[in-house]
Amino acid sequence: MPEIMTPAHAAPDGSSVTSTAAPRRPAARLALARLRDLALVPAIVLIAIVGQIISPVFLQADNLINIGQTMAEVALLVLAQTIVLVAGKMDLSLESTFGLAPGVAAWMTVAVGAGHGTGLLPGGWAIPITLAVGALIGVANAALIVRFGLHGFIVTLGMLIVLRGLLTGISGGQTFFNLPESMMYLGTAVWLGVPASIWICVALFAAGIVLLGYTAFGRSLYAIGGNIDAAKAAGIRTDRVLWTALIGASVLAALGGLLLSGRLASVAASQGNGAIFTVFAAAVIGGVSLNGGKGTMFGAFTGILLLFMIQNVLTLAGVPAQWIGALNGAIILIALVVSRITGGKAQE
Amino acid sequence: MSGDENGWAQAGPPVAEATNISKRYGSTVALDRAHIQVRPGETHALVGRNGAGKSTLVSILTGLQAPDTGQVLFNGQAAPRLSERDAWRRHVACVYQKSTIIPELTVAENLLLNRYHRNRGGLISWRSLRREARSLLADWSVDVDVDAKAHELSVEQRQFVEIARALSFGARFIILDEPTAQLDAGAIARLFGHIRDLQGQGVTFLFISHHLQEIYEICDMVTVFRDARHIVTARVADLPRGELIAAMTGEATALAAARSRTAPAATTDLVLDVSGLSTSGVFDDVSLRVRPGEIVGLAGSGGSGKTEVAETIVGLRTAGAGTITVAGARPRAGDVNAALASGIGFVPQDRHQQGLVANMSIADNATLTIPERLGPAGFLSGRRRDAVARSMIDELAIKTPGPDLPVSGLSGGNQQKVVMARALANDPKVLVLITPTAGVDVRSKEFLLDKVDQVAARGTGVIVASDELDDLRICDRVLVMFQGRIVADLPSGWRDHDLVAAMEGLSIDA
Repeated sequence: MPEIMTPAHAAPDGSSVTSTAAPRRPAARLALARLRDLALVPAIVLIAIVGQIISPVFLQADNLINIGQTMAEVALLVLAQTIVLVAGKMDLSLESTFGLAPGVAAWMTVAVGAGHGTGLLPGGWAIPITLAVGALIGVANAALIVRFGLHGFIVTLGMLIVLRGLLTGISGGQTFFNLPESMMYLGTAVWLGVPASIWICVALFAAGIVLLGYTAFGRSLYAIGGNIDAAKAAGIRTDRVLWTALIGASVLAALGGLLLSGRLASVAASQGNGAIFTVFAAAVIGGVSLNGGKGTMFGAFTGILLLFMIQNVLTLAGVPAQWIGALNGAIILIALVVSRITGGKAQE
Repeated sequence: MSGDENGWAQAGPPVAEATNISKRYGSTVALDRAHIQVRPGETHALVGRNGAGKSTLVSILTGLQAPDTGQVLFNGQAAPRLSERDAWRRHVACVYQKSTIIPELTVAENLLLNRYHRNRGGLISWRSLRREARSLLADWSVDVDVDAKAHELSVEQRQFVEIARALSFGARFIILDEPTAQLDAGAIARLFGHIRDLQGQGVTFLFISHHLQEIYEICDMVTVFRDARHIVTARVADLPRGELIAAMTGEATALAAARSRTAPAATTDLVLDVSGLSTSGVFDDVSLRVRPGEIVGLAGSGGSGKTEVAETIVGLRTAGAGTITVAGARPRAGDVNAALASGIGFVPQDRHQQGLVANMSIADNATLTIPERLGPAGFLSGRRRDAVARSMIDELAIKTPGPDLPVSGLSGGNQQKVVMARALANDPKVLVLITPTAGVDVRSKEFLLDKVDQVAARGTGVIVASDELDDLRICDRVLVMFQGRIVADLPSGWRDHDLVAAMEGLSIDA
C-alpha cells in the first residue's frame, strides 16, 4: 500500500464514482469486443493464401464447396457443443448420437435382407425417428446431469460408450445401406448450386448467433455458465434452461448425423467415432471456454472452419493420408497456443 | 429509545425490524432472542466480533433463512414468505463481500439480467438495454461504463453496480456487508460520499464493519451483538469508543488459568528476522524479529495484512521487497519447500483448504511434509509412517481409533491437532501459526495453546497470526497490524480494550 490514510483524513472527492478501470469510450470498447470475435479471421485468410499458393485449385468453387460439405456435419456438432459449453456443461456423447440416431432410423426402415435392417416402418419415418432418438438421448443426459446432479463429463462419457455399443449392436457391427429416399435427401440435395447441407449449416449457425446473442434463453446460458447462483438469484429457471440446452444439442447432433448418412448413403457402425475431439478443439480454438459462460457462436464457427481448411490444404499439398492424423493433432495444439497468446488469458 | 428522540430520521415505521429472533444450528446458538430496528433514512451500524451472529441476522433479514422464532417486519408489515424472492428484493438487498455478478457479462446485462428489453421481433434489444442501464446508473450517479465486462470493474465499482441493481428492484434498504474490507482509503472515501448521497435520496443502510473508525464517520446509529445476543443500540454520538469496544468484547472471557510464561532467555540470537517486507497494496515495510523460545503475536483484523505477512514468511507468497532470514539462512522467496527445509513449521489459515487432504488418513496427512523420513528413494514405508503417526497421535492426544482413519472423520479440534502435528513433524526452529484455534472447541483450544507453549519452551520461535484474543494471550509480545503496517507492539499483559482498539485502528485514552 503506497499511501495509507484513515478515511477520516481522506476527504470524499465528489459524490459520483470516478471510473478508473474503464476509461475507454463505449464505441471503442464495442469495436474491441467485435475484434475479439474476429480473432481467427486473419488466420483463415492466411490459410486461404497459403492454400492458393500450394495449389491453385484451393480457391475454386468446387474445392470450397467440398470443404463446406465435409465440414457441415461436424459443424453441427460444434454448434451443439457450444450451446452446452456456454452453459458450463459438456456433452461428450454427441459423437455417438451423431451415429446412433440415423442408425436407429436406418435399422427401422431399411428392408429385411440386405444388412441388419428390420423394415418395421416405411421410409418416410426415417427423419422423425432420427430426431426423436436425438431428443431421447438428450432427455437421458439431462435427467442424469440436471435432475440427479451427476457430473456431466462422466455421464456423457458413459453415454458415449453405451450409445456406440447400441449402434454396434443393432447393426451387427456392419454398415446400413439402401437407405430410404427421405434420409438421402438432405445429404445429397443441391439448392441454388450449393449442397443443402451447407445451407442448413450456415442457417443454423446464423440462428445460433441470434439465439446466444439476442434471446433471453441464450443470455441465460451465459449467466448459468458464468455464475449459476447469480443466475438463480436473477430469477432464471436454471434447470429448465439446462434441460433445453442438452436436449437441443442432442437433436442437433442427430441432424448432423442425418446429413452425413445422406451424403454417404449409408450409416457405418463407426459413424462419428472420434469426432468429439475435433469438436472440442474447434470450440476452444474459437474462444469458447471449457469453464462456461464465455465464447460466441461465430467464434466457434471460425474454429471449425479453420480446422477444415487446414485439413484441405494438407490434402492438396499431397501429405500422405497416414500422416494427416498426427498433423491434425499438432495443428490443434498449435492453434491452441496461438489463441492462448492472442487471447492473453489462460484457457481451462 | 422513543421515537421522538429520532429527530434526525424521517418519521414513519422502521424500514426493517426484527424482533425476538432465535436461530440454532445443531447445538450452536447463532442468535438468541436478538432484535434490531432500522429507521428510515438512517445509516445503522451492526458490529460485533466474529461469531456474534451478524451474518446469521443478515441472512434472516434478506430472506435467505427463516428464524426459529421471532418476526421480521418491513415498513411495519410482515415479511413475505421465503419463496417469494421478488417480494424480498423489493424490500431489501445485501451487497456481500463475495461478488454476485457474472464476470463475463457486461455491466448493462448484469444490471438487467433476466429483465431484458425486447424489440418487435421478440429479440433482445441491446440498444435499449444499454440505454436503460445507463439511465439507471445515472439516476444513482454511478459513473461506470455499461459496456465494460463485469470482471474488469474494480471492487469499488462492482459494489456500486450491485447497489444500483438492488435499488432498481425498488429496495430502499441496503445491507452492506463489510464493504470496505477490500478497498483502499481513497475508494472508501468515495464509497462514503456515495452512501451520504443515497442517504439524501432516502436510502437506508445497514452497515456491517470491523472498522470502528468508519462507524463513527458514516453511521447514525449502532447496534452491538455479542455471543448471539443483542447488547446495545445507541446513537453513535452518544456512545464513546471505549464503551463501544467494551460492549463488543464484554467481560474478558479468558481461558481458565493464566499462563505462567517464563520469558525466553535474553539472547541476541534470532531464529527469524524479517526486515522491510513489503508487498504493494497488501502490507508495507513489516519488520519483526523472533528469538528462540519467544512467542510473538501478529494481531489485526481481516484485511490488516497479518495473514499475508505470515504466508509470505512460510513461502506461500512472494514479497515485493524485504528479506526473511530463518536461523541465519535465507530460504528462496515464495518457495514453501525451501521454507520448510530451512526449519519453518506452518499451520495454515484454513485447515479445510490448505491444511488437510480430507479423504486421506491421519497418518498420510501428518507425514505429508516428511516423506524423506519414511523410506529411501521416494518409496514410503507404511509401517514407518504409521509409527511416526502413532507417536504424533500420542503426543497431541488426537482422539482416533488409529492412524488409518480419514481426517474427515475427526472433529474440528482433532483435525486441527493433525495440522499442528504436521507443523511439528520436522522439529521446526520457527513455528508459524495462522488462526490456529479457529473453529475448535474450548478443550482442544486450550490443549493446542499449551502445546505451543511447550514447543516454545524447547527453544522454537513462534509466530501467532490471529485476531482471537485467547490465541494472543500466550504471546510474549503482540505486534498489531492495521491497514498493512505494524502500528503497535504490546508487551505481555495488555488489556483487551487496548488490543482491540489498536486492531480497529483507534487509540483510546488509557
